[in-house]
Amino acid sequence: MLKALEGSQAIAEAVALCRPQVVAAYPITPQTHIVENISKLVADGKLHCEFVSVESEFSAASVVLGAAAAGSRTYTATASQGLLLMVEVLYNIAGMRIPVVMTCANRAISAPLSIWNDQQDSMAARDAGWIQLYCADNQEAVDTTVQAYRIAERTELPVMVCMDGFTLTHTLEAIDIPEAAQVDEYLPPYQFSRRLDPARPISMGTLLSPDFYPEARHSHHQALINAQAVIEEADAKWASLTGRAAGGLLTVEGPEEAHIGILVLGSVLGTLRAAQAEYTDAPAAKLIKLRSFRPFPVEALKRAVAGLTDLIVVERALSPGHGGIIGPEVRAALTELESAPRVHNVALGLGGRDVPMDIYPRLLALANEPLPVRFAVLDADLSKLPEEDR
Amino acid sequence: MSLIEIRIHGRGGQGNVVAANLLAMAAFEVGRHGQAFPNFGAERRGAPVVAFVRIADRPIRRRCQVQTPAYLIIQDEALLHVPGVTDGLLPGGGVLINSARPAEAFDLRDDVEVITLPASILAKEYLGRPVPNTALLAGFLALTGMFPTDALIKVLGHKFRGEVLERNTHLIREATGRVPAGHWNKETAHVEGA
Repeated sequence: MLKALEGSQAIAEAVALCRPQVVAAYPITPQTHIVENISKLVADGKLHCEFVSVESEFSAASVVLGAAAAGSRTYTATASQGLLLMVEVLYNIAGMRIPVVMTCANRAISAPLSIWNDQQDSMAARDAGWIQLYCADNQEAVDTTVQAYRIAERTELPVMVCMDGFTLTHTLEAIDIPEAAQVDEYLPPYQFSRRLDPARPISMGTLLSPDFYPEARHSHHQALINAQAVIEEADAKWASLTGRAAGGLLTVEGPEEAHIGILVLGSVLGTLRAAQAEYTDAPAAKLIKLRSFRPFPVEALKRAVAGLTDLIVVERALSPGHGGIIGPEVRAALTELESAPRVHNVALGLGGRDVPMDIYPRLLALANEPLPVRFAVLDADLSKLPEEDR
Repeated sequence: MSLIEIRIHGRGGQGNVVAANLLAMAAFEVGRHGQAFPNFGAERRGAPVVAFVRIADRPIRRRCQVQTPAYLIIQDEALLHVPGVTDGLLPGGGVLINSARPAEAFDLRDDVEVITLPASILAKEYLGRPVPNTALLAGFLALTGMFPTDALIKVLGHKFRGEVLERNTHLIREATGRVPAGHWNKETAHVEGA
């Protein structure tokens, strides 16, 4: 049913449709309205679940770890410093292969203190062993939230649904909220193969000697690689039920003959789409939406760049002392190609810096550079800095 | 109708974000596409806050801030002294100001039009609280003729019932009659695209 909703409210409704049995969250900044709306649904008797309001994000993650291991479908949400505080537990959830779903309302990291949107927080948890899916708009965020449970429970891997803070979470727009019957058909009741059960005692996350530790790590890595097929299946199945796909591992749009590509994660895609229609004199370009960042879809990416001479990788975070985070991964993935495009890598929109329409021609202009742009913060005004920091 | 962009300036506690959301929800009620989002600074009462609204007949894809609005809604006239409030307003655009003073009292730009509405006073009279947002939205919809003010009443009907809804309905009717209906019903200040 189409409703005019704030992104956070829509996510709360989508989570409720998935019938979580335990929701645990820290209720204060940097929390979004998502858990506030969920707690209201619980208080109003519209969602029957245990809502645990905890004293920190470390506890929120710990509660959902334990509850999911004991056989409950769970949910939590956080962002920014809250995600960083969770990180130790995030590795544990993933390492124990517990199918938890959480939303990261992407926000910048301190210091300097910023409450605004970029994607440094989820990038900081890149190697925690979670599936990370990035949403271009609120509809995708709703659909991806439902899909996340199917993916998590089939792969026994936790899924982080990443949606841009403020830009999506605080934006009101028309969003199609799925019917309960559709979600029930899509998501069978949660069954965990290794459920903690006194009648069948097992231990999780115990000490592992060097005899087995590398094999455990390899199997976790392989599980994430194998999850690609499950992510694609989950999206295809959802599309067959609702008529809406959220973009599988990645999507490519734009004219077939284009030689320039722009790769983005998250909500910047919408502005680039609008700009593409407005800047009609600009060279033809393909827009590549990378939805699955972990697992990193190497083969799908190789197919997506076919015919491109220049690929501009846009990110909303950086690795200080090196440059981009996604850019180097894209370069590495494309080394196996015989004719790989030149890869330019820029960060923009850090700490909530507005990403205006005219960013589109500025991005396309990078293709004219004599050498590929290794890394730059595209919208930084270096004249604000002392000479030695430029 | 192409894309119409609106910027709402107010202070924390004046219902700025609510105003933006109500306008986008009213657009949704009449089958149009609406997008509303705030530009938060420090979250505290009295601090200047800005919210953005886009209304179009097509899905709205851009998510950048509104830099070149067709219309400004000013919830507190003292904000006009803050640099940048009228920045980017398109030539031919309109400024609706919550003020008991006449439009001539405001010396903005020659190529934009000012209309004033004593929204706080009306709200105090009808609701008992000087919250100007509903009256301003009613005045704005009446001025632009974008869609009937009934859409606004319908949206408020999702939130309020009984006496509160009745008082708001009376306030909306009163504010609607205080501005020249359809006076801003023009396409000059609209931008193409979505």
